[in-house]
Amino acid sequence: MSESNMNTVANAGRIALVLTIAATLSACASSGNPRDPLEGYNRAMFKFNDKVDEVALKPVATAYKNVLPSFVQTGVSNFFGNLSDVWSAANNLAQGKGEAGLQDIVRVTMNSTFGILGLIDIASQAGVPKHNEDFGQTLGWYGVSPGPYVVLPLMGPSTMRDTVALPLDVVGDPWRYKDPTNVRNIGTFTRIVDKRAAYLDATNLMEAAALDRYEFIRDGYLQARESKVFDGDTDRRDQKAPKNDSSAIDEEDDLKQTPVAAAPAPVAAAAAAPVADLVTSGSNTVAAETTTPE
Amino acid sequence: MKLMKQLLAMATIAFATAAQAAPATEAPDVLVKRISQDVIDTAKSDKGIQAGDINRVNQLVETKILPYVDFQRMTSLAAGRHWRTATPDQQQKLSAEFRTLLVYTYSGALSQIKNETVEFKPLRASPDDTEVEVRSQVNVARGEPIPLNYRVAKSPTGWKIYDINVLGAWLVETYKSSFNSEISKGGIDGLIKTLADKNKALASRPAAKAK
Repeated sequence: MSESNMNTVANAGRIALVLTIAATLSACASSGNPRDPLEGYNRAMFKFNDKVDEVALKPVATAYKNVLPSFVQTGVSNFFGNLSDVWSAANNLAQGKGEAGLQDIVRVTMNSTFGILGLIDIASQAGVPKHNEDFGQTLGWYGVSPGPYVVLPLMGPSTMRDTVALPLDVVGDPWRYKDPTNVRNIGTFTRIVDKRAAYLDATNLMEAAALDRYEFIRDGYLQARESKVFDGDTDRRDQKAPKNDSSAIDEEDDLKQTPVAAAPAPVAAAAAAPVADLVTSGSNTVAAETTTPE
Repeated sequence: MKLMKQLLAMATIAFATAAQAAPATEAPDVLVKRISQDVIDTAKSDKGIQAGDINRVNQLVETKILPYVDFQRMTSLAAGRHWRTATPDQQQKLSAEFRTLLVYTYSGALSQIKNETVEFKPLRASPDDTEVEVRSQVNVARGEPIPLNYRVAKSPTGWKIYDINVLGAWLVETYKSSFNSEISKGGIDGLIKTLADKNKALASRPAAKAK
């Protein structure tokens, strides 16, 4: 136990270091998106992650997907999915979502026993849904704003809130207490490869769809993440937000009465950007509130 | 032959909706349900689509989806406040290029459909609403269900989809800042050009890549 505590401290230390670097780098370059003050650092890290993915992770994941029989892949993802349900249960209960929390507990119980240590996801087949809650979502549920967008080394898109919550997710992951260490490490590696393999189709699609992959992933991720916090229930999230985008367009026009008769000046665009993000619906509103503290 | 039948069917529907105008049009969730079921069935049974044949996909999109999508509105929302500064010609070109890009993306997604099923959630709207959100989820063989929602607005010719939400992210919202930064760099024409270049690159890409 003391060893794992040490690890936690070490992890927290590492994250603190990352945040410091992020804060230092934030001073430089940013194109003025209020949700992404760390854009300079984020883009650099995004590039780095991309390179790692390209030369190491993606080829391995592609091979994994093409070579291993699909029942093995399903088994791997079920096994780790079952472990993550434990932490999900804790977070659901912490958010006062009794039913979902109990469902998670039922899932772990069923899958660990009848599902042979989680290799078979019997619970899903029996209609007990999976939830995937983590501590960042718990914080979000209680009103903690996501804060700026952060691209973490190797782990990819995140937010300030979720980065702060991450050490607890690490502690809450049963697999990290697995002994011996080499089994744990092999398992962790397999888990990562399996996750990447599951997203191969999606990331290939994204390459086709995006004009600027960095922006596309950022804006998609931030929305998807906030939607997860509120379990897709836009009503709860939109309480204070305008109902839909069409009204937003009109408001934007009213706000921007300055004559822009000539070419659309970049300065005007940049100045109006925070306004535009305030009036758009959904997750952006949540963040815009935090980034405009005056 | 099949195409002729489809065209006839489309024409019939078009006439029917035009003739009856607003009151008797089908409910928005029924509409979305019908379209998605139709598209999934076709995508599953059509070998050309499974192989990523862009022409087949285009045909499917043209006949089964486009009549129910308001691309003009979609593009105008993504372009945000810049939309009003664009000339009608620019607006038209912009929506056309955006549309092509989305069709390419869609073709990739369609070719991946295998044994997914779509499940619709109860519609939460009152009868006199003119804008509603239709919510569904795609149940996949592996992993969690994927939430898939649509924003649908009432128009004189029936309900039209103007935004799609995948995994909690709205399409328009996701394109918004890319559009915005392209426009600040090179104006509306710059954005049109970027989209056109992107489409050209996608068109010359081997179809097999979509797998």
